[in-house]
Amino acid sequence: MQKKISSYPFNGTAEQEQKLDAVIAANKHDKSRLMAVMQEAQEIYGYLPVEVQRRIADGMDVPLEKVFGVSTFYAQFSLSPKGKNNISVCLGTACYVKGSGALFDKISEKLGIGADECTPDGKFSLTACRCIGACGLAPVLTVNEEVYGRLKPEDIDGILAKYSE
Amino acid sequence: MKTVAELNEIREKSLGSIALRKGKEALASVSTEYKRNVLVCGGTGCTSSHSKQIVEALHREIEKNGLQNEVKVVMTGCFGLCALGPIMIVYPEGSFYSMVKAEDIPEIVTEHFVNGRVVTRLLYQETVGAAGEIKSLNETDFYRKQIRVALRNCGVIDPEDINEYIARDGYQALAKCLTEYTPDEVIKIVSDSGLRGRGGGGFPTGRKWALCAPNKAPQKYVVCNADEGDPGAFMDRSVLEGDPHCVIEAMAIAGYAVGATKGFVYVRAEYPIAVHRLQIAIDQAREVGILGKNLFGTGFDFDVEIRLGAGAFVCGEETALMTSIEGNRGEPRPRPPFPAVKGLYESPTVENNVETFANVPQIILRGAEWFASMGTEKSKGTKVFALGGKIKHTGLVEIPMGTTLREIVEEIGGGIPNGKKFKAAQTGGPSGGCIPASLIDTEVDYDNLIAMGCMMGSGGLIVMDEDTCMVDMAKFFLEFTVDESCGKCTPCRVGIKRLLEILEKITRGEGTLEDIDRLEELCGYIKANSLCGLGQTAPNPVLSTLKFFRDEYIAHVVDKKCPAGVCKNLLTYVIDKDKCIGCGKCARNCPADTIHKTEYTAPGHKLPSYEIDPSKCVKCGACMDGCKFGAISKK
Repeated sequence: MQKKISSYPFNGTAEQEQKLDAVIAANKHDKSRLMAVMQEAQEIYGYLPVEVQRRIADGMDVPLEKVFGVSTFYAQFSLSPKGKNNISVCLGTACYVKGSGALFDKISEKLGIGADECTPDGKFSLTACRCIGACGLAPVLTVNEEVYGRLKPEDIDGILAKYSE
Repeated sequence: MKTVAELNEIREKSLGSIALRKGKEALASVSTEYKRNVLVCGGTGCTSSHSKQIVEALHREIEKNGLQNEVKVVMTGCFGLCALGPIMIVYPEGSFYSMVKAEDIPEIVTEHFVNGRVVTRLLYQETVGAAGEIKSLNETDFYRKQIRVALRNCGVIDPEDINEYIARDGYQALAKCLTEYTPDEVIKIVSDSGLRGRGGGGFPTGRKWALCAPNKAPQKYVVCNADEGDPGAFMDRSVLEGDPHCVIEAMAIAGYAVGATKGFVYVRAEYPIAVHRLQIAIDQAREVGILGKNLFGTGFDFDVEIRLGAGAFVCGEETALMTSIEGNRGEPRPRPPFPAVKGLYESPTVENNVETFANVPQIILRGAEWFASMGTEKSKGTKVFALGGKIKHTGLVEIPMGTTLREIVEEIGGGIPNGKKFKAAQTGGPSGGCIPASLIDTEVDYDNLIAMGCMMGSGGLIVMDEDTCMVDMAKFFLEFTVDESCGKCTPCRVGIKRLLEILEKITRGEGTLEDIDRLEELCGYIKANSLCGLGQTAPNPVLSTLKFFRDEYIAHVVDKKCPAGVCKNLLTYVIDKDKCIGCGKCARNCPADTIHKTEYTAPGHKLPSYEIDPSKCVKCGACMDGCKFGAISKK
């Protein structure tokens, strides 16, 4: 899977750094917990900029290339920041059969961004995800944690408007 | 530590809490604390349709009416009928309310709970008879043929309360194994039951355990594969959400059988509710003394830890999963050595998936013969399927092996919506194949599916109707596997990509008959030479669509037509000049300025009709979507 690496400048806060260090300290005894640390780091920062990956590598005492290897392997890890509202369209089989591809295209057209991109104003980002398991509601998308199901392309404008303020 | 006597004591004490849900006989022998139990589905499907707001509204209204001591609200796991969510059942009546809205709750509370009159209007229509009488859920088409073994507690108990699990004979199987059977006897029971792995390949579970048991090592492991990556399959998630303790219990039984004291559950991070409830279950089991040291005073230790996956389909392959638990890129390892000899952290390891484990406690308690009495000759027991796609009752069903596809689709699934025709069903997700309408009477079990070029997979069953293009479907699955190939071995990394490119060429209308031959040849190479299951099975969707829907491929390459009307480049949009009233909306909607007025005015219309210039058309469909008179069609 190809990942987009953002050129957006890193601006982590001291508070975030403190949290990350605490996570590293709690897990450094066991190198196999690297993925768990990276998952928590992504919770803290919203994505995994190279600065954060370097700090994890140093803290866990593993090579940076290993951390980078893991972060580029798994779909969950994002190397570019997410918008204030992250829209994630399910392209799993059940949703695809029910037309989620058209939902994705409509949002992409409306926002003028592709997969894993963020609008210039930082309000929206768009991702394609694989099955969130709400197949009974297919086709679905999520905005942040909120799930919208049984959608048609006509519903997109309303959803975007809701988050545009 | 708990003794068996203490476990039985908890069981006796908790029986009252679930008796309401078990019918009149159970109520006769125990007294219950509450007059009513309201079970609201808290699975991912219903939570997404806002079942949490239903629970909040229930609490609010119950308090308003002073019924706190009479009505207990329980959030359960999945009931299965996700299409009708959010779902709520009221016991002792067993009233099945479907598609409940928060606004309906005040009426249900006052009418039903206070006045004792069921709100028939809001019930699932199939549970209401012609004369207005209320039928049991088990009499509806969706549930009638189901036998619930792996899902027996889903939608029945509160998954966040270990006492309710114990009241349903929870942890009795573990206690029985530890106190009455030797490890070899446990393996024999599982072998005799005929249980086969529910995660894909169908390897006999008992044999897997028997291969691991004799290997000596300071530490052995039991791993539960809950990395349900097949899009459209959600049975493992539902078990973890609805009945997490049964997986923990089965893992401990497996640990005892093979001599392992440590277990890992590798679960997708995309399943937050499942992870949350599993962690609660592990904590409660530790607190009660059912996980930890010296279980039931027998000297056997066992504990379980959760590891989160991070969205890689290949990690569902057992060796890749183990590499991932170790904190690496989830690349598979060559076998042999098999995990039973050298698995997680190079130690002997048994790995089974969630649904496989969920069957084990019942096999121990009810015996191998009971389990083997269900199913077909070589596929015993039941199988959970996730019905999805173009079908009326999307959801989760558990049926005996050997049920025909017709029964699944037409009876249980309620058929295809909008009067469309059944075309095919895909099993096994991106690794499986399709079953065409001509084979709808096939009995679904491991061997029949393999014989058709499909596979059971984890049990996702996606139904497709006449509007689905099979070439596009094969392309969709390959896009998925190309994305998810880990890149370690060349046949998979390069071969599948080439397959996808040929399919893209065909759906663009640039394919030739040679391309179809090349597809078949390449599929053979990839299957024979890939390192792990992902690559070996990735060509299956192509091969099976080629086998059953070759005419569609031919239509794409020879006639340059997509019979289902899906592949954009092969479509032409046409305006029926006699239906067109000449309003001009399509011309205004057209982004490419390809629609123009003609000289022709249809009889009975005032304005001349419009036509599309096919050479300039970008096939966006905006004209057809906007036409209120049905004058535009695609061919």
